[in-house]
Order: sequence, then C-alpha cells, then structure tokens
Amino acid sequence: MKRLRFPVRYVPFAATVAVFLLVYALGICNFRNFGSLRVFLGLLHDNAYLGIAAIGAEMVILSGGIDLSVGAVIAFTGVLIAKLAGCGVNAGAAMALALAAGTLFGALQGVLIARYRLPPFLVTLGGMFFARGSSYMISEEAIGILNNPVIMVIEDRLQIAVGNRGLTLEFIDMLYLALLVIAVVFMQKTTAGRRVYAVGENEQAATLMGIPVARTKVMVYTLAGFCSALAGIAFTIYLKSGNPLNCIGLEMDAIAAAVIGGTLLTGGVGYMIGSFFGVLVLGLIQVLIMFQGNINSWWTRIIVGALVLVFIFMQNLITQLSNRRRI
Amino acid sequence: MLIGGFIIAVLAGLVFLCGKSSHGRHLRWPLTALTLLLLINLIFKPGFFTVEMTSDGYLYGSLIDILNHSSKTAILAIGMTLVMATGGIDISVGSVMAISGAMAATVIVMPKERFALWGLDPAAVAFGAAVLCGLLVAVAAGAWNGFLTSGCGIQPMVATLVLMVAGRGIAQLITDGTIITFDDPLLSFIGNGHLLTLPFTTWIAWTLFAIVALLTRKTALGLFVESIGNNETASRYAGIEARGIKWLTYIINGFCAGVAGLIVSSNIKCADANHAGLYLELDAILATVIGGTSMSGGRFYLSGSMAGALLIQTVATMMYANDVNPAVIAVPKALVVIVVCLLQSDVFRQKLSRRFHRGAAQEVDA
Repeated sequence: MKRLRFPVRYVPFAATVAVFLLVYALGICNFRNFGSLRVFLGLLHDNAYLGIAAIGAEMVILSGGIDLSVGAVIAFTGVLIAKLAGCGVNAGAAMALALAAGTLFGALQGVLIARYRLPPFLVTLGGMFFARGSSYMISEEAIGILNNPVIMVIEDRLQIAVGNRGLTLEFIDMLYLALLVIAVVFMQKTTAGRRVYAVGENEQAATLMGIPVARTKVMVYTLAGFCSALAGIAFTIYLKSGNPLNCIGLEMDAIAAAVIGGTLLTGGVGYMIGSFFGVLVLGLIQVLIMFQGNINSWWTRIIVGALVLVFIFMQNLITQLSNRRRI
Repeated sequence: MLIGGFIIAVLAGLVFLCGKSSHGRHLRWPLTALTLLLLINLIFKPGFFTVEMTSDGYLYGSLIDILNHSSKTAILAIGMTLVMATGGIDISVGSVMAISGAMAATVIVMPKERFALWGLDPAAVAFGAAVLCGLLVAVAAGAWNGFLTSGCGIQPMVATLVLMVAGRGIAQLITDGTIITFDDPLLSFIGNGHLLTLPFTTWIAWTLFAIVALLTRKTALGLFVESIGNNETASRYAGIEARGIKWLTYIINGFCAGVAGLIVSSNIKCADANHAGLYLELDAILATVIGGTSMSGGRFYLSGSMAGALLIQTVATMMYANDVNPAVIAVPKALVVIVVCLLQSDVFRQKLSRRFHRGAAQEVDA
C-alpha cells in the first residue's frame, strides 16, 4: 500500500497541530495582539505545570495504563514544600525531598500495578485519595511562601530575556521545555522508551518478545510520579504557595491533553510531542475565552469535552481503517 | 451497647453463613471488614451505637447516619455494578449528578404560575416536573454514554471521559453559572425527609436495590449481562442482543446517577454545578469493587455493592465520630482500596499462601 504517501499513524498528530494552528489563527484574526510574543509566553508560563504533568500522564497512557493521582500529588508536593519552607528549611532541600517523595510514591503505585496485577485505575485512584488526604494532614489551609531566598533567586535570576521588550522565559518554562525534549528523545530513541510502546500496544506480545513488562511498567509509573512531583514544584514556584485544594481534577486535564494530542487511550499509539500541542490547545481555548470577555468560563469545559470527543471519533475511525487494511 | 452487640452478632453470623454458602461468598470480605470496624467502635466508643428517637418520631445516631449518607454511593453503585458487569465503566456519574441536580433546581425555582395546569396544585406539579426533568436529563446522559460505548464501540472509560469533562460545564450552562438555592418543601423532602422513622434516602436506595435485584436475578437479564461481560462476541452469536443490553445498563446507570443527583441537591437545598457529586464516581466504583464485582466484567453482586457502600460510609462516619478532619478521611479510604484490591488479587493470594505454607513446613521440620 504505497498509495498513501502520508502515513495514517501521523494523522491524529497532524490533526492536533491543525487544531492548534486553527485556534491560534482564529485568535489572531479576531483580536489585536493575540499573536504577540507576550501572549504566547504567557500561555507557556500559565500551562508549564500542566505540561510537565501531561508528560507523565502521556507516558502512562502510552504504556496502556492510567494515572489518576497527578493532581493530588501536585497538591501534596506544594503543601509539603510550603510547610517545610515555612519551618525554615531551605526551599531547595524541600523541593528535593518532595521530588523524592513523589518518585517513591509513583514507584509504589507501579509495584502494586505491575507485580500484583491490580488495575491501574484502582491503584492510582487509591493513590489519589492517599496523596490528597496526606496533604490535608500536613496543612488544612493554603500556606504562602513569602520572601523565600531560594524561590526569589529562581524568580529573579533564572530567566532568559526574549526579544528586547523586557519579555522573559521563566525558569519553569525552561524546565518544561527541557523535560519535553528529554521525554521526546527518551520515548523515540531509547530502548526503554520503545519498550513502553511495545507494552502499551500488546502486553502479551511484549512478554513473548522477552521484554521485561513488569519492570517497564514500574519504570513508567515511577517516572510519572517524578513528573507529577516536578509539576508540583513548578506549580509552587508559579503560585508561591501550597494549598491542599490545588489542582482538583487536574489529572483529567492531563489526560484530555494527551487525547487531544493524538494519543490513543488504549495505549501504544501517540507521540510525546503531541502532549505539548494538547496542552497548548487547552491553554489557547482559555486565553481565547478570556480575550472574548463575554463568553462564560464554563464553555471551556464544554469545548474541551467536544474536542476530546472529536479526537476519540477520529482515533476510532483510524483504528477501524487500519484493521481493515491489515485483514 | 446492647444494640451494638446485637448488630455485631448478626453481622458475624452473616459472615459465617456467607462463608458456608456458595451464593454469598462475595459478601464475606466486606462484611468481615464491617464487623471488625463496628467491633472497634464497640470497644473504644460505645456511644457510636446510641440510637435515639426524636420527638417527631425520627431515629438518629451514628448508625442511622451511615444508612442515610451511604445511600448516594449505594444508588450510584447499583448502576455502576451493572455497567461494570458488562465489562464497562462509567466515570461520568459525578458530572451527571451535577446536571440532574441543576436541572431539578432550575425547574423548581421557576415562577409557580407556570405550573398551574389542569387545576392541579401548582406546587405538586412543579415538584413532579422538577424530578421528572432531573431524571430525564440523567437518562439522556446515560443514553449518550451508551451510544458512544455500545453504539460506536468506543472504549467505555474514554467514552465516558467526554461527559465527565463536559458535564460540569453543561450543569453550569443550565444554572447560568450561579448556585441555585431553593426552598421547596417537597423537593427538600427527598434528601432530608423521614419515612417510618428512617431517612427517606435509605428507603430510595434499598427500594432501588430491590427492584434492580429482582429485575436482574429473577429474569434472564442478569445472566445476559454477565454473559456479555464474559465474552461479547460469543453472546452475540448465542443470540443475545449484546448492544441493546449494554446500552440499557448505561441508561440504568444514568437513571441512578440522576436519583443520586436529586438527593444531593435536595439535601443541601441548592444546585452546585462544581461540587455536587465530586469524586462520587470513584466512591461508586470503589463500593462495587469491594463488593466483589470484577472490573473486567463477567460477574456482578448487587448485595456486595450495597455492603461496599455501607463499608465506605462506616469508615467515614467513624472518622467524624472521632473528630478527624473530614478531608483526611481520604487516607484510610485509600488504604481500604489497596488492601481490598490486594486481597482480591490472585498473585498476592498465591504469594501469601506460599509464605504460610512455607512457615508451616518449617515448623514441621523443626
């Protein structure tokens, strides 16, 4: 079948980019300054933490699982850092501790899922309850991080000037972009990354090929825990506070970003870079509604739901088409 | 104290009977856990079992609280059990609850003149219209989920994700973004009223349970549902209308979510599109799994789901009674999830029994 020059597996990703460009063009046509660098950098800055979380979620989905604990882990790390920083601990050390805690948490989930064959949905659901409840144990209300030297250094020094109008690329934006590059290379070029695809596509076949399925799964959930904790750190720097109520339902945004990014929720199909465009589309819809001014915010949810639906239908169609061709 | 001892004795007897009979084996673990929890209460907090009668003829006390507040989860779990028995899952029930509550509240606050139809009492007509509209949108939502899953063949978790994301937006669209409060005595009776000394919600939950249990166990429907969960293709070849029945389970689930949504909004006399039923889909799935229904489908136990709902609420009420912050309850809940899942996991059981056997063998050697 050489007739199709454009491989069908690129279609969802191409559709994501097309949707992104379409929404962006819609904004530029309707509003002055929508296309400015300032708006784009703002978009990146406001969604960096979601992007980092979406990288972890994307990896888990590619392996055929699901992670519902993302939002709760972000809240937990935020509260932990804020509490420790409030007690006089160095914020950098607090962040390292939170990162270790999140990674360990992810690893535990992975062991339960891979070694004991428990459904990922239930284990990460339990993980969500656990992390959310633990963050309430640390503090029942929001804790601000005021005048913390480490965070001030991060805010004021670790940034790159973009253009000559005083615009900057902040630390968490760079963190996100760097992590994205690493994740893309990891998933495309390393053995471990390709194993994730194999496990997600067909676990049985992967086992028969001699791929260490359990170890791959534990790695995936460990990395997802790491990403969630890192997203928590980014969110803490972004808001300069920790709140046990933060990011309720964020896991669904991360999953939606992956779906809009052209990832098949059954696993094995999709590209890490897709999550980037998925996150940007989610962010753009919000920016667009903000620019419009007279549309109510709840339309965001409805539009996101509709977009998810469109992508699901498209994926379904492609799967059916390629199945037919195989037969 | 006497009541507590009596209840625990009855439960322990039930556990014993369940272990003996092949019909009730699935109830063994949840009921054991429930008995143990109540036993802990009996020892450390005997006041937990005090049930008193108010002057209006209502019972109140922690046990009645458990019955009352477990009913939302129980109602959701009834529908979820059927959906999960076909191998599906519905993660949108929380959002559907918000939609149905929003719809009922919007209808009930309309001017009463609009309901002056056929010479009937406008208040009663308004109440009927509110309940009917709330349930209708919920059933429509269930039908939509059924359309996506069984009609279009989309993976259930993905298909219901759509409504889960968009549902709260739709609910806000209905309420126009505000929290609608109402003061209708009839509508608030659903969530706050009492009937024959017990909370009305309990009656709703257990009546629904009885109806669905009769419908599935005394007709072939339950068998069909289990057969679809085991092997959909084989069931279709055997002449079972697999698509239609799967669709039906989602519709029943939508109806259950609608009832639960009415209870929640009636209980607090307002419709909160953002928080009504938040995370309740997870509780419902949890109650169902604790009750022995497998997530991969093929077998279901409605009575187990009811026991699961009671267990979850007992943990919560115990925490309240011991002055634990409600938000922290998530932690013991998580531990219950993991422990119950581990107990049901074959791998874990094998490892455990191997360890026990090895221990026994060493003793013999010594």
